[in-house]
Parts: sequence; structure tokens; C-alpha cells
Amino acid sequence: MTVAVPIIEFEDVHKDFVVHRKAGRLRRERTVVRAVDGLSFAVERGAIVGYIGPNGAGKSTTVKLLTGILVPSAGRVSVAGLIPAKQRITLARRIGAMFGQRVQLWWDLPLIDSFDLLRHIYRIPEERYRQNLTEFRELLELDPFLRTPVRQLSLGQRIRGEVVAAMLHDPEVVFLDEPTIGLDVVAKQRVREFLTAANRERGVTVMLTTHDLADIERLCSRILILDRGRLVYDGGLEALKARYGGERTLVVDLEESGPALRVTDARVTRVDGPRQWIAFDRERTNAARLAAEVASQAALRDLTVEEPDIEDVVRRIYAERQVGRT
Amino acid sequence: MGELLDGIRLYGRLVAARVRAQLQYRTSFALDLAGNFFISFLDFAAILVIFSNVPQLGGWSVAEVALLYGMSNLAFALTDFAVGELDQFPQQIRDGTFDQVLIRPRGTLFQVVTGNFQLRRLGKALQALLILGYALTALPIEWTVDRLLVFALAVPAGTVIFCSVWVVAICIVFWAVDGREAANAFTYGGQFFTQFPINIYDRWLRRFLAYAVPLAFVAYFPALYVLHKSDPLGLPAWLGLLSPLVALAAAVAAGAVWGGAVRHYRSAGG
Ligand SMILES: Nc1ncnc2c1ncn2[C@@H]1O[C@H](COP(=O)(O)OP(=O)(O)OP(=O)(O)O)[C@@H](O)[C@H]1O
Ligand SMILES: [Mg+2]
Repeated sequence: MTVAVPIIEFEDVHKDFVVHRKAGRLRRERTVVRAVDGLSFAVERGAIVGYIGPNGAGKSTTVKLLTGILVPSAGRVSVAGLIPAKQRITLARRIGAMFGQRVQLWWDLPLIDSFDLLRHIYRIPEERYRQNLTEFRELLELDPFLRTPVRQLSLGQRIRGEVVAAMLHDPEVVFLDEPTIGLDVVAKQRVREFLTAANRERGVTVMLTTHDLADIERLCSRILILDRGRLVYDGGLEALKARYGGERTLVVDLEESGPALRVTDARVTRVDGPRQWIAFDRERTNAARLAAEVASQAALRDLTVEEPDIEDVVRRIYAERQVGRT
Repeated sequence: MGELLDGIRLYGRLVAARVRAQLQYRTSFALDLAGNFFISFLDFAAILVIFSNVPQLGGWSVAEVALLYGMSNLAFALTDFAVGELDQFPQQIRDGTFDQVLIRPRGTLFQVVTGNFQLRRLGKALQALLILGYALTALPIEWTVDRLLVFALAVPAGTVIFCSVWVVAICIVFWAVDGREAANAFTYGGQFFTQFPINIYDRWLRRFLAYAVPLAFVAYFPALYVLHKSDPLGLPAWLGLLSPLVALAAAVAAGAVWGGAVRHYRSAGG
């Protein structure tokens, strides 16, 4: 068995932020926020890793440490064999990064002009640039708005542009911080397909943060879950679901309000007028069976199935850790 | 050397892209340009008002002040064009967009100042050129090689000095995000002083301007040299030759301060 050389390495990394808060008229209080707290993990080349955790867990800080934006307070960070904090510019040519909540393209330039400027900023060889652009244009269907100034693009169009901008220079690794935030279903699907293709055909390693479980389901072979700067889970999605997120919820709208329904192998968790929430374990029953059972008891108007929420899963993991500690 | 050329070419491309974008809105661009031109012209009108009451200002005639004023303003207009984007920099720190500068394979300062050129800023340069033109025709300057050289180098050197002051001043926001006002005191405030003969100022302010923030080298010393005027303060005339060297030193110092500030940002997190 060969051991793959990891492309991303974190070894006992700490990152502290010193925050000064006003306390009184002149006095300032100094507090230290530990955003990353002794984090260690390694990612092998060619993986797609989902990086999740509740707000403030330290995800963005990790990405900033990996891209060389921030210097770690302690520990060792390595990406593509380089030390991001020390070799920022060399590394920048070999990685791509995208922050879904921020505009990285030139606001008042047409999309195609932004790409062209990036070609010069990254010194992408002409031939390579043309090949990549042709391929990406097709995959993400950019043609209808390639000449539109970025400021006039819809969110979904802009994000597609941003994703392309992060990939034009053939990066070995891309870091995507919430790449599907605010996208409609179709746009989300396109971005996911694009990332899958880049990973499969070009061998690009992808690390993405998201609050959307569907992103993880469609894309990631591995999940890292972070909480308060520490890793609380590292493994596959199925194992994670089996352990923490087995429960889905069937939401039913009945014709009339009534008491909680009685259902086998499931339980009603909430009743709000004619609407009821029924939690069930996929291993023990399924939505179709439950729906039939509900319909036999009351007139059914509408129903939806809710996936377990990633936040929920994380919360449960954390609760378990809390219990484990005491 | 190749690096430098590549940087210059990229700079040209960034400017060109911006020009193309701004020319799409021809009318609004023309209006902006005209507006900038007239606003800065009003500044000069204010000086004329002063002169209509006193024929001389600290031993300087109207035309002489116009020379000083024109040199200072041309350098300032070019500075505003080159690094005016620093005005937006506090915002970049506040909303975190500076991070994106750190993940691209180019110098941070280069990326910040090329973020968003405003062509209309050139309106100020137009006004400065007109005033310089007036000063040069009105003044009986005997052009010798050294005076020509001092004059020709004064504006580029002055631009570099102003740019350096701007860069150093804006570094305040790496420590205090709302330090913008303090920075403006040095940039806009400093430029205001250079438009006039510095001998009219208080002694401490004068020393500060001449040596601490080397703004006297932008226009005052070169103008004295070109006019072959002895310094009312008794400083030697050869100071007028030093502007390019002062500019070089200022640029090196500014680069170092900026580098240190970015290092601070990256370890403290903004
Ligand atoms: N520049 C900074 N200065 C001070 N504290 C910071 C800074 N950046 C982040 N923090 C703190 O560090 C912690 C981790 O923040 P981070 O942005 O990494 O979280 P996140 O996992 O990305 O959260 P989200 O899901 O909300 O994006 C938070 O407590 C945050 O307040
Ligand atoms: Mg975040």
C-alpha cells in the first residue's frame, strides 16, 4: 500500500485573535479569542472535502490560514508543499480561492474583461487560458452574460463567474467558502457539476465550507466538522448520518386541525394547527409508508420531506461531546 | 527587470480596462471631469482673492505663487490618479475585501492602488497645467540646464513624495479602522500647505513639513531653485536639487511601513 502525500496539512495549529473592547472612556479591555484551537488534519491530493461547523466555529479562519492571508499563532500549516504564511505569492499561483459572500471580480467591468485581467495577474499562458475558458464557458453556460458588467449580473450568474475566476489558472487546490450561498436549485446543480468535473478530470483537490447538506451529499467523499476551533468529526457522510443524522422529518398539511397522529415507527414532534411534523428513521420506515398511514387517518392536503439539517447534526455531535466530557 | 516591465504592462492593462468601462458612460464621465476641473479652479480663485488684497505673499508675487501652486497641484493630481484608491482602503479593511488581495500573486500595494482608477481625477491635472502655463509665461525665468532639470524632475519627484505620504498615512487603518480622518490630515492637509510658500507658516509647522514629512521638497525648494530666489528662511539653494533623492528615500520608507503594516494585519487578523 502506498501512502499518498497529503496536499494540505495542519499540525497542531492555533490561531488567536486579540480583541480590544472599549471599557469605560479611555480604558480598553483586551480579550483573546481562540478561533482555531490545536487543529490537526491532512487532506490527500484529489479529494473533495466538506468543511462544516456552526457559525463562529473557525472555518473561515482555517481557510485564511491555508491561503496565507493569516499567519498562525502556533503550529505548522503546509499546502502543496509550501508554507502559506511565508510563501504567499508562490502559493497564490497554485491555489484558487473563492468567498461566496464577497465580490472578487471587478465590479464595473464585463465578466470577460475580468477574466482577461486575471490571465495577466496570474500570468496564465495564452493557450492554456483559451482552452480553460472555452471549457468553463460551456460547463457553466456563461455565454449569455459574458459581456455584461459584473454589477448587472444576478447573484447566480456572478457566483458562476467567481468560480471560473478561481479556476482559470489551473490551481492544484481550491478553497471555496460557501460557494453555493444564495443560489437557486439549477445554479447550485451547475456549480456542483462543475466542481465534480474539475476534480475528476483535472485532479483538483477541493475543500469547501457550506451550510447546505446537499452540497456535501453530492460532492464530498469526506467531511471535517469543526466546533469552537476543534475537529469533532472526520470521516464519510454515510457514517456521519448513521451516527447522528438518521432522522428525517415528514411535514404533513391536513384538511383540518386535530390531535397528534398516531404512526408506527415514527413520532410526531410538533403540531401547529393542521400542520404536523413527523420524525422518522430511514432505517426503520420510509416516507411513502408514513404518508399512506397518515392518509388513512385524516384528509391529507400536502406533504414534504425535510432532510436532517447539517446544523442539527453538528449540534447533536456537540451535545454528545458535552455529555461525554462530564 | 522583467518583473518590473511585467508590472508596468499589467498596470497599463488595468488602467485601460478601467478607461473602457468609464467611457461607456460618456456624458456622466464628461460631467464628472468638468466638475472636478471647476471645483479645483475655485481653489485657485480663492488665492487670487487673497492677492487682490495683498500684492505679495511672504515675498512671493502672484506669478511665483502660481508656479508653486501649479507644481504642487500637478503632483497632487497625479498622486490622486495613481493612489487615490487608497481613499477606499479603510472600507476594504472593514469589509474584509483586503483578504482577496492577499490571495493573488502580486504585490499588495500594487493591487490596492489599481483597484479602481477614477479617470475624472485627471480633471485636477488639467487645472494645474493651465496654472503652470500661466506662471511660466508670466515669469521671466532664465532657463539653464540645471533649472530645466530641477523643474522637469520636480513634478515626478513630488508625485512620489505625495504618494509615499499617502501610503504611510493610510497605514493607520491597519491598527485603527476608523483612523481615516487622521490620515486625511496628512494627505489632503499636507497638500494644502505645499500650495503656498512655506515661509509664511509658523516655525514648527515649517520644520515638520520640510523634514519630518518632506513636503517642502514637492514644490517649495524646487520652485526657489528655478526662480533663482534666495530662501527667506536662509536655507541653501541646492536643497532644490535633492527632491529626486528625497522622493527615493520616501518611497523606500513608505514601502517598509506598508510591508510592516501588512505583516501586522496577517498576524493580528485585521
Ligand atoms: N479578524 C478577527 N478578529 C477577531 N476575531 C475574529 C476575527 N476573525 C474571526 N474572529 C473570531 O474567530 C472565531 C471564528 O470565526 P470564523 O470566521 O473562522 O468562523 P466561521 O466558522 O467561518 O463562521 P461562519 O459560519 O459564521 O462563517 C469567531 O469567534 C470570530 O468572532
Ligand atoms: Mg465563515
